[in-house]
Amino acid sequence: MKLLTHNLLSSHVRGVGPRGFPLRLQATEVRINPVEFNPDFVARMIPKVEWAALLEAADTLHLVEVPKGPIEGYEHDEKFLRQMHHVLLEVDVLEGTLQCPESGRLFPISRGIPNMLLSDEETET
Amino acid sequence: MAFRGKRPEHGGPPELFYDKNEARKYVRNSRMIDVQTKMAGRALELLYLPEGQPCYLLDIGCGSGLSGDYLSDEGHYWVGIDISPAMLDAALDRDTEGDLLLGDMGQGIPFKPGSFDGCVSISAIQWLCNANKKSDIPAKRLYCFFSSLYSVLVRGARAVLQLYPENSEQLELITTQATKAGFTGGVVVDFPNSAKAKKFYLCLFSGPSTFLPKPLNESNDDDEEVQESEFTRERVLYRMARRGIVRKSREWVLGKKARRRRQGEDVRPDTRYTGRKRRPRF
Repeated sequence: MKLLTHNLLSSHVRGVGPRGFPLRLQATEVRINPVEFNPDFVARMIPKVEWAALLEAADTLHLVEVPKGPIEGYEHDEKFLRQMHHVLLEVDVLEGTLQCPESGRLFPISRGIPNMLLSDEETET
Repeated sequence: MAFRGKRPEHGGPPELFYDKNEARKYVRNSRMIDVQTKMAGRALELLYLPEGQPCYLLDIGCGSGLSGDYLSDEGHYWVGIDISPAMLDAALDRDTEGDLLLGDMGQGIPFKPGSFDGCVSISAIQWLCNANKKSDIPAKRLYCFFSSLYSVLVRGARAVLQLYPENSEQLELITTQATKAGFTGGVVVDFPNSAKAKKFYLCLFSGPSTFLPKPLNESNDDDEEVQESEFTRERVLYRMARRGIVRKSREWVLGKKARRRRQGEDVRPDTRYTGRKRRPRF
């Protein structure tokens, strides 16, 4: 699971709503995958990124060189875009858990796939 | 695929139908790959994404990642959701570029609002129409799915969902729930006169109503009736929509004759006397 996906994932447990974001990440196995750099895509995703959640996740994974926030004129700053590309798209969490901040419910991650299946009681009615 | 004539949704839930064996057959069957890739291509075409721009897309019922691979080839980034662990394992073996999630679409899409630039789904949402547990109410699950989909899409984004509806009631159930969730749009039917090639694409728009794409047809006849059923936020009862055409009027007679011609019956040609007002019998 890439960090870009983690940054947008939210808990859909019943009654949680917007407080179900961000999911707290705990990783036991992480892999770095080289991915082709596409500056257009990275620039378009920057406004969607929730920085606090990203920094928290990067911290848990002990990543270095993570920009603290969007800088002025980031669309043309290749160094910034490359750093963001690495953080968002190249870091792959293979094993770990995601925790809903409101309900405390754990979503396990196995082989890079988070299990977001809810039980009957947790489903929104 | 496995049961000729019998729909797989009637046999049980998708996570049981798509077990390891079925997943293996699915990935190896070249006809399946061909059909799914074609449908993925058509769905992406119907999405009308801006040219040359890589987008972040959602693939509902991504399965073994066949449609996802097509999206990757077109330069887009995607996240797929599927309920069958066996199919997701097959996707991992195929080394797909998109992220995969194990989840039930009927429980909602677990993303922040405004996450995705678009959504595709190939041959998946008909599974929502059958209740597999006593607690399942298909209409509720469909509404939960559509309302969460509406929320995770960027304003003005589209969703193109290819499906195999069992009958018109099922299609109506699906479109009603989609309208309730706030979508506008309609069903585009490609090759409506062919039993095998006929494909249904539910095109949903989350912004203001735009045009509905033209469906594909074998003969590009300009006279041939375009099969589309548009629907908007105004809820028109299915029966009321039919009342636009008055029985026994010229319009109705011409429609009936065209229908019978399509069915291959021998029908008299239409002239200016067709359906003309006859003098009263009494």
